[in-house]
Amino acid sequence: MGRELPMMKVDRVIELEHAVVDGVDISGHWNRMFTDRSIEEYPTEAMDWVTGLAGGESLRSCYQCGKCVPVCPVNHVGSYGPRKLHVKVLRGNNLLDDPDLWLCTTCGNCLRVCPKEVNPLEFMPAIREQAVLEGNVPAELAKVFENLQRQGNPHGHSPRKRADWVADAGVPVPLIAEIGRPVDVLWYVSDYTSYHPRGQDAARAMARILTALGIDFAILGNEERSDADSARLAGETGLFEMLAEQNIKTFRKYEFERLVVMDPHAFNAFKNVYPRHGWEGEVLHYTQFLAPLIDRIEFKSSVDVDVTYHDPCYLGRNNGEFDAPRRLLEAIPGVRLAEMPHNKKNGYCCGGGGGGMWLDGFVADHVSERLSERRVREAVETVAMDGTGVLSVACPYEPSRFEDAVKSTGNDGRLIVRDIVELIDQAMQPATS
Amino acid sequence: MSGTILVLVEHRDGVVADATFELLGRARTLASAASVEVEAVLLGSGVDDLVGQLGAADRVVLIDDPALAEFTPSGYHSALVPVVRDRAPLLVLAANTGVGMDVAAGLSMATGLALAAYAIDVTVAGGSPLVTCQLYAGKINARVRFADGRGIVTLVVGTAPAEPGNVAGSPPIERIGVAASDGRIRFRRFIRPEAGDVDITRESILVSVGRGIGERENLELVEELATVLGGVVSSSRPIADAGWLPRTRQVGKSGQRVKPRLYLALGISGAPEHLEGMRGADLIIAVNTDPRAPIYGVANYGAVADVIDVVPALTKQLRG
Amino acid sequence: MELIVLLKAVPDLTEELEIDAAGTGLATEWLTWVASEWDEYAVEEALQLKESFGATVTCLALDTGSVDELLATCLARGADRVLKVGSFERPPDSHTAARAFAAALGGLSYDLVLTGVQAIDDVDGQVGPLLGAALDLPHVSVVTHIALATDGKSATVNQEYAGGIVGEFEVDLPAILGVQTSREVPRYAPVSRVRQLLKTAEIGHLDAPADGGSGLIVEAMEVPKADHQAEMIGGNADAIAARLVEILRERGLTSGSAR
Repeated sequence: MGRELPMMKVDRVIELEHAVVDGVDISGHWNRMFTDRSIEEYPTEAMDWVTGLAGGESLRSCYQCGKCVPVCPVNHVGSYGPRKLHVKVLRGNNLLDDPDLWLCTTCGNCLRVCPKEVNPLEFMPAIREQAVLEGNVPAELAKVFENLQRQGNPHGHSPRKRADWVADAGVPVPLIAEIGRPVDVLWYVSDYTSYHPRGQDAARAMARILTALGIDFAILGNEERSDADSARLAGETGLFEMLAEQNIKTFRKYEFERLVVMDPHAFNAFKNVYPRHGWEGEVLHYTQFLAPLIDRIEFKSSVDVDVTYHDPCYLGRNNGEFDAPRRLLEAIPGVRLAEMPHNKKNGYCCGGGGGGMWLDGFVADHVSERLSERRVREAVETVAMDGTGVLSVACPYEPSRFEDAVKSTGNDGRLIVRDIVELIDQAMQPATS
Repeated sequence: MSGTILVLVEHRDGVVADATFELLGRARTLASAASVEVEAVLLGSGVDDLVGQLGAADRVVLIDDPALAEFTPSGYHSALVPVVRDRAPLLVLAANTGVGMDVAAGLSMATGLALAAYAIDVTVAGGSPLVTCQLYAGKINARVRFADGRGIVTLVVGTAPAEPGNVAGSPPIERIGVAASDGRIRFRRFIRPEAGDVDITRESILVSVGRGIGERENLELVEELATVLGGVVSSSRPIADAGWLPRTRQVGKSGQRVKPRLYLALGISGAPEHLEGMRGADLIIAVNTDPRAPIYGVANYGAVADVIDVVPALTKQLRG
Repeated sequence: MELIVLLKAVPDLTEELEIDAAGTGLATEWLTWVASEWDEYAVEEALQLKESFGATVTCLALDTGSVDELLATCLARGADRVLKVGSFERPPDSHTAARAFAAALGGLSYDLVLTGVQAIDDVDGQVGPLLGAALDLPHVSVVTHIALATDGKSATVNQEYAGGIVGEFEVDLPAILGVQTSREVPRYAPVSRVRQLLKTAEIGHLDAPADGGSGLIVEAMEVPKADHQAEMIGGNADAIAARLVEILRERGLTSGSAR
């Protein structure tokens, strides 16, 4: 698009759990505060209002240490940051009309380093819910909420087309309603994997892998509805609850041992939030399900590429799974895995979480570039300096976000984006030339 | 068969609308099939000189009154109701424009004549009119008849050629006075789009964008392509509604009707209101990610692809 | 100032439309119903007028058995009162709808009635002008702008024509306006609010006749066959672009200065 951006120079990103400088231990710890802090200069109504919301309590704990400032990805591209948000509320600002309310992707990196455990994954949806109740929502996002309401998916496609991808999978994909018996794995395919062309590529690859492994699995097909976890984090609690009710009712109709999920956001919802709504079960992200089984896969060719792996915020940092995806990648013949400087716990958000997937137009007015573009440039630095490299992903939000960013950063042809299942599937095919 | 075919004449600034010529052309064909006459109904003030444009009609029913100097829904309605009642027409034809929409349904309710709307075709079959109506955003066609064998039809603009109805002549004039006047709606003024921007109806090459363009910043890519082609950027309604391009660039039922040598439809699905504005172009090429987009039904060439991939590729290759 | 908005539910076009066995109507088994898009613009305009001029907004919808959510959404957006009208097994034609609304309005007081300029199933014309004639009230369609006079006795409206031309009219109230578009995008109705209102809100009911009919006989409904189909070009973006350049070159459209 004609913008010239420098290559990312990220020499070393160093984080220490314990740091002692000139004999002084400056490690962050939750009880570093020894006395209550009292604020007397500012009116407290705005802060009281936030902390009065269920989930809003932790905002008050911030003591402006600034550890979140270098790790918040949105802060790298704009002037938004959690520390600044706290100051705004402290000074009495009304967040409901502030664009800053919509810039946080709930990536959790600030929470990770915060000595006081100030938690935007809880206070953001709490404040945003109030904006939603007023109808005060960016139009882009409102449209997605409406699609979710009407059709049970963010794209606005017919729910009857949710399993259309099955036709070209090349293997049978059983519907649990038709199979008429308990199954081992209920495979929750999720929104983007079902409807987006690049997601459907991953769906078909996964179907072939499950079949090759002889797994007893089935899908919900047209009965499947969105997990809506990102809508929940964007403040539409009522919508999340409505869809959770529908999904839970459907889950209860069938018997299955495990729920295997393509989408880390759905994984987060089913594992961490659905129990509050009356459903609990064994929930696995597909990487966690496949990793112990990967040695049983018969690989027929080598995928001779330099690969780097992008930790999705909601699988990695927010749910602690860093190893299973890497085990899968390392098992694929020919894959040379290299880590980007921001990896594992310090993984770099693509900008899609917390509703960000549906706010790109709105956010563009407040940031200098997209987070997905920064991440792509970091990936190019890591694996594509000498030839074409692969950015591998494990979240269905990513292929479209990163492929757009590959184009807009002028890296078309240098960096390819592939879901891990696509690489496994490719290596399962005989070499073509 | 008895009765006549009444055609409602629309005019502005001394010119009869193309939509009316389309109706007159159709009326002539229907009139021969049904052996009835065509009467053009012309309302206005001091509009005798428009009669010469209505040569396709057998007669002009002229209602000339200062109250009708400009179109008002109430003025036209109260003038037309007695005309339609007295003449017991076989068909009343109006265009599906703002004027037609204001007038036709009200006439139907007031006179008891049935109404078939959004018509893309009218024929006489088995002795009575048969109308094909386009419904559900162009997804369904309904073939309907009138229970009484007579009725009002509003026709979608652009579904019949204007030339056959555009005949100069001197048809006989029947003058009728306004029976009752209804001043509850008063015309104040026209608001015309700002001059100074391009007139897309005069451009040979239009590179047109719809919602499929994605974000506003992508318009830059399209402007580049238009420059390389020596054309101009136009748009469908949503782009103009969003303020990304001036209203003067809008193509469609409520925008402009264009007939360029090349119409490149980028990310435009092809809703009937849009097609109305551009289906007459010489060469139509459509790029859309939806393989079932109705635009492919009027395009000469199509590609199922993302506009933001194809546009820069095309610009690059045109530059050579 | 009392505003009334008339709404109807129409099939959601996200689903493929199918024709019933008789071949004269839509198969309804898989249809989902949504508020007609233009009626939503009318609701938004009514709420905007309420906010700028002060008014009460009452929303009416024909009772086809599944309009509670539609009306609860109106309340969630800020309407003051909602009413169901008549009782219909399936959505009636526009003439029947207009007569039903006319009967319902007989028992209400109002200064201005707003409704969507059209709906996707208006085979026999639009409800707004039909209602205007039934009640002998002035009616303007394709309205893109509404301003109320301070004395509340008239309104200034813009009617949109082709070519971007707009006609400005002054209309005596009470009147009926067919809304083409609202000044703002229809505001979002939060799900939790709609769900709560579905449980707690009072939705009144007005009797209205269900008969009348349109005077039309539907002989057949069909999915139109494309009488023409574009020649499709395949391949990736570069391949498509290459073919397009070829086509343009053949037609002499690549000189860059075609006029």
